[in-house]
Amino acid sequence: MSDTIIKVENLSKRYRIGLQEKKADTFVQQLWNNLKAPVENFKRIKSLGKFEEGSGSIHWALKDVSFEVKQGEVLGIIGKNGAGKSTLLKILSKITEPTSGRIEMNGRVAALLEVGTGFHPELTGRENIYMNGTILGMTKKEIDQKLDEIINFSGVEKYIDTPVKFYSSGMRVRLGFSVAAHLEPEILIIDEVLAVGDYEFQQKCLGKMEEVSKKEGRTVLFVSHNIQAITTLTRSTIVLKSGQMVFNGGTEKGVTTYLGLEKTRSLDYRSNISKGIVSVSINTSEPNNIQRFNEKFSVEITISLIQNVKIPSVSYQVFDEYENSIFHELFLASEHELDLSTSQLKIVSEIKNLRLYPGEYYLKVHYADKFTKIKLDTVGEICHFKVEVMGELRDYYWQPGAAKYVEYGNWRIV
Amino acid sequence: MNKTIIESSKGWKVVDFKELWRYKDLLYFLTVRGIKARYSQSVLGVGWAIIQPLFTTLVFTVVFGGLAKVESDGMPYILFSYLALWPWNYFSGTLSESANSLVANAGMITKVYFPRLILPLAAIFSKLLDFIISFAVLLVLLIYFQVLPGWQVIFFPILLIQLLACSLGIGMILSAMAVQYRDVKYALGFIVQLLLYGAPVVYSTTAVPEQYQFLYSLNPMVGVIEGIRAMFLSRPMPWEWILPGAIIATLFFVFGLFYFRKMERVFADVA
Repeated sequence: MSDTIIKVENLSKRYRIGLQEKKADTFVQQLWNNLKAPVENFKRIKSLGKFEEGSGSIHWALKDVSFEVKQGEVLGIIGKNGAGKSTLLKILSKITEPTSGRIEMNGRVAALLEVGTGFHPELTGRENIYMNGTILGMTKKEIDQKLDEIINFSGVEKYIDTPVKFYSSGMRVRLGFSVAAHLEPEILIIDEVLAVGDYEFQQKCLGKMEEVSKKEGRTVLFVSHNIQAITTLTRSTIVLKSGQMVFNGGTEKGVTTYLGLEKTRSLDYRSNISKGIVSVSINTSEPNNIQRFNEKFSVEITISLIQNVKIPSVSYQVFDEYENSIFHELFLASEHELDLSTSQLKIVSEIKNLRLYPGEYYLKVHYADKFTKIKLDTVGEICHFKVEVMGELRDYYWQPGAAKYVEYGNWRIV
Repeated sequence: MNKTIIESSKGWKVVDFKELWRYKDLLYFLTVRGIKARYSQSVLGVGWAIIQPLFTTLVFTVVFGGLAKVESDGMPYILFSYLALWPWNYFSGTLSESANSLVANAGMITKVYFPRLILPLAAIFSKLLDFIISFAVLLVLLIYFQVLPGWQVIFFPILLIQLLACSLGIGMILSAMAVQYRDVKYALGFIVQLLLYGAPVVYSTTAVPEQYQFLYSLNPMVGVIEGIRAMFLSRPMPWEWILPGAIIATLFFVFGLFYFRKMERVFADVA
C-alpha cells in the first residue's frame, strides 16, 4: 500500500448564482409580476439545489482539481477570496457534495471550519464541550477521558460551569479551540480558525498545529491567508485561482505564485517629460514587487540635469500603508564624483538587508538643488511593494502592527 | 483504517444506520440541549409543559363540552379531550420543532459534517419530556374521576411507536423541505391548528358519517387518539381505527427516511 492518504481526482463543484430579476416598466406589468411572483419564486427556489449546465447562472467554484497528500504531510492551501478554498474544504469534510470527481481518504477526518460549532449560549462551558465534541465526531467516552485536559488548555476553568452566554467572545473561542485541539483524527482539515482570537491565542494554536503535524505525524490540510503561518508550517502548497489549481509544489514557490496573483498597483515610475525626476524603479528580492524580509532591496532613480543643477540632491522616503514615513534615504552629492555635463544622472541606492516589518509600502522621491535651495520635483505614492516574512527567522513574534522596522542589535551577557 | 470515498451521489439511498449509531452521543447531547434551552431562564420551566395542554383542555371543555354540548362518548368532557390532547400536543409540537430543526441549525450544517438526520431526531426526542410531564396531568384527572385503565394498556407501546413514526416521518419530510422552502415554517403554524379538527380531539368519532369513516381512519392520529381513549376507559381496542393509520404512518416514515436522505446532499448549499 502506498502512503497516499488523500487522493483527489478531477474535483469540480458547480454553484448557482442569482440572476438579476426582471424589472417591470409599467404599472400593469408590475401588477402582473406581483401576481406571478409565487410561481417565479417557486421556480427559482426549486432550482437552488440543482446545478445543471446550460443556464447562465452557473458558477464553477472548483474545476478539475486533482492532487494527492501523503501520510504525515502538511499541505497548505492558499488563494484569494472566492478562489475555491472553502468549497474544497467543505467537500473534503463531507459538508457538501462535489458535482463531479472523486476523493479517496484513508482515515478518520476532522474538519475545523469554525471553532465552537454547536455551542449553545444557555448551556454551561462543560456542557458545551460535550456538545461541540460530539458534533466533531468524538464519543462521550473520549470526551470524558480528556475533559480535564480540555478545560485546562482552554484557560477558562473558573467559568466552566457558567452558561456560555456570559463568556466573552475570546473565552468562547478558546474553549472551542481547546475541544478541537484534542481531536485525534488521522486527517485534520483546518480553515482560517487562526484568524480569530487574540495574538497570544493565535500563537498557541500555531504551536498546537506544529505539534500535531511534526511530532504526531498526522496529516494536516491548512487553509490560510497568513503567509507567515503557511511558510512555517507547510512544506508543500497548492494555490487556487478562480476554482482552478494553478500551482502544486513547494511552499516557497507557491507563496510567490500566490502573491504574484495579486494586482501590483504601480510598479515603476516614469515621467512623461524629461525634467526633474525622470524615472524610479525598485528591485525587490522576489518577482512582482514582493520583498522578502531581511533580503536585498534597491531603488534606481534617474534625474534630469537640463535645468543647470549645481548640487543635485536626491532622497526617497518609504511610507507604510497608513502614510507614515518609515525612513528617509539621502543621496549626498558631496560623497560622489559627478559628471554634470550630461543630460541625465542615474543613481542606485542599495539596502543589503531590508528589515521593514511585513506589510505594504510605497516610495516618495524628492529632487532639489542644494546650491540654489530650490525644490525641483517630488513624486509620491509610487513603486508599491510588499514585505513578507518567509520561513521562520529568529523566533520573532510577527504580530501585525507590532513594529515598523526590525533592528538587529548585538546582545551580550554582562 | 476506515476509508472514505467522496463522490457525487444520485437517486435514492438508504440511510446509513451504522453511521447514525456512531453519532448516538451527539443525538443524546442535542436532545438534552433542546430540553435545557427550551426551559432555561423561564420561571415556570417545565411547568409550561403542564400549563399549555391543561388550559387548552379547559377552554375546550367550556366551549365544546359546555356551550356546544359536543358528544363525548359518555365520559367527562375534560377527560375525553385531555386524553386526545395529550398525544396531539406531542404530535403538533414535534412537527413544528422538527420542521424547524435544520433551518435553526443551519450554522452547524454548513460548518461540520454529521448525519443530518440527528437534528429532526433530537427535536422529536426532546419533546418526549413534555409528553411525559403532561402525563402527570392525565394521572391527576384519572384519579379525580376514579378511572382505572384496563388491561389494554399493554398495547400502549404500539400506539407510542405509531405516534413516533408518524411524527418523525412527517417531521423528516417537512424539515428537508423547510431548508429550501421557508414557506413550510409559515404554513405549518396554521395547518397544525386546522389539522386539530381532522382528528377526534374535540369531538367523538361517532360524529363522523359512516361513508367517510375509512377515509377518516387514514389519519394516523385518529388511531392513536382512539387507542389511548380505549386503553384508559377499558374499552376494546379500536383496531379498525388503528390499523389503516398504522400503515399510513409506516409509509410516511419510510418515505421520510428516503426523502430526507435524497435532499440531504444539498442542505449545505441551500441552507
